[in-house]
Amino acid sequence: MSITELDPPPDVAVRAQGLAKTFGGHRAVDGINLDVRTGEIFGVLGPNGAGKTTMLRMLATLLKIDAGRAEIFGVDVVDQPHVIRQLVGVTGQYASVDESLTARENLWLFGRLQGVASSRARSIAAELLEQFGLEEAADKPIAQFSGGMRRRLDLAASLITRPPLIFLDEPTTGLDPRTRGQMWETIRGLVADGCTVLLTTQYLDEADQLADRVAVIDHGRKVAEGTPDELKTAVGNSTLQLLLAQPDDVPAAVRVVRRVLGSEPVLSPEQGRLNVALDQADLAAEVLIALRTAGVSISSVSVAKPSLDEVFLALTGHETDGDEAGNAAGTMEENR
Amino acid sequence: MSTTIAPARESVRATDRVATARRRVTVGETFSQTMTLAWRALKRMRRNPEQFFDVALQPILFTAMFAYVFGGAIAGDVESYLPLMIPGILAQTVLTTCMATGTQLREDMEKGVFDRFKSLPIARIAPLAGPMVADLLRYAIAATLTFGMGIVMGYRPGGGAGGVLAAILLAIFTGWSLAWIFTWIGTIARSAQAVQGISMMILFPLTFLSNAFVPVESLPDWLAAFVRINPVSHLVTAARDLANGGLVTGEVAWTLVAGLISIVIFAPLSVRSYKRHM
Repeated sequence: MSITELDPPPDVAVRAQGLAKTFGGHRAVDGINLDVRTGEIFGVLGPNGAGKTTMLRMLATLLKIDAGRAEIFGVDVVDQPHVIRQLVGVTGQYASVDESLTARENLWLFGRLQGVASSRARSIAAELLEQFGLEEAADKPIAQFSGGMRRRLDLAASLITRPPLIFLDEPTTGLDPRTRGQMWETIRGLVADGCTVLLTTQYLDEADQLADRVAVIDHGRKVAEGTPDELKTAVGNSTLQLLLAQPDDVPAAVRVVRRVLGSEPVLSPEQGRLNVALDQADLAAEVLIALRTAGVSISSVSVAKPSLDEVFLALTGHETDGDEAGNAAGTMEENR
Repeated sequence: MSTTIAPARESVRATDRVATARRRVTVGETFSQTMTLAWRALKRMRRNPEQFFDVALQPILFTAMFAYVFGGAIAGDVESYLPLMIPGILAQTVLTTCMATGTQLREDMEKGVFDRFKSLPIARIAPLAGPMVADLLRYAIAATLTFGMGIVMGYRPGGGAGGVLAAILLAIFTGWSLAWIFTWIGTIARSAQAVQGISMMILFPLTFLSNAFVPVESLPDWLAAFVRINPVSHLVTAARDLANGGLVTGEVAWTLVAGLISIVIFAPLSVRSYKRHM
């Protein structure tokens, strides 16, 4: 976990109540409550189209709030947008830097716009370029930048005035594993510096690696909230995926799993397939041996980390692309 | 990539930030932000010189074409048509340039960087006004080339250098103020192509239903009535008086008034629709 030695101060960085946004007839964000504490990394986990970006854009004054209210450090987002914009640094899903300028020029421009004197803006730009490993590319056109470099520049541009709250919209989507690890380090560094971070992600492991607390969002609603550990307790550390040779054996297999693990396997819509949540990967062997003893034949088997799909299956009872609203909403909140 | 932030740095304190945050943007800040964004637009122009093709080629081509095609029919010969036509081309060139302002702004707005401009604590008008200030350069180039081409073809403005300069300045001001109309269209239209289409429909009647290329007396009454109130006609007449006679007439005042009206109406409308739906 990121910063266990620092207890977050009790005050609230972001408070949203009943936040909602409707596009046409579609409720993209449907009454979300959120409390982000100062000094923590708060993760918003959800599939594409869950309403994560829309929620973030409303909090950042980029979209009008249709219903509900939101406060950032006690300042109302609707009443004081100009103040909010001084408190929040926003890094979007797509690089929001000027393609026709160099990295150095971009950072200087955004510094100047925020009232930083020209020479100071130049030295801040140089510091950030060094900090984000962009010195060599500083004076090259951004068109030549890789995806990871753009993301880093984009994040650097959000940090010029060192805002106390930073919004990161899917900071590592589309990055290779190494670059992703670097981005994680950078994000942890921000919090060590006193910032609060609100980030959205589609990856369970990212939320696990970074976030102190996580809200799971689906169809514009919050379906669960808790620490990553609480999330994993609900889902298991890894998943045993079984495909039975005879679909008729499913009831027998369910009984075996119940006896060995004391938990319910999740039946997949596909015939004869079931997913078993495991606290430890070792338990897979126990299950397999018991199945063999019971005479249940298996045609394929694999052990995997729980995917976002499985989190959703466990929390909401449907797959990420399902059309029903979560019927198991709030399971985790009850667990706490 | 070095990721650790130097420990010497003072840590960020949210409560202090809230206390010191400015409640609104001052006029001085707005001006400085606009000039910073004008700098950005000039950098972009320097790196995409093809943006200058229209402002550079149009005055040269149109001056030559219109002079040889219409000169004989309207004024008897090319040379006596030039004093009538050059101020007309000036107005037309400047208007075409303002149309490009709207189209390019729209293209620019679709890029991610405008998202960041919106998220920054800056005046909402600055991202619109910045590129328009940079466009003053385009108007100046277009206006100067129009007169330059005329002089090459034998035009000898009676108002002298001072008159020509005054006509150019008046054209630049009018272009900049009318550009707010096209900027507004840029903020309400769905795409850059739509901006182009709508702008064309405004631009053609304004330039051709004016006294830019033909004397008003030659038109039927109902058309002459429109031509007389068209702000482009006022610009053309004022520019003719300035460049050909060195005279500052009431037409200059009318042109300035038309420009100011356009700013007063369309600048707030542009900011409003930019704020609302971008």
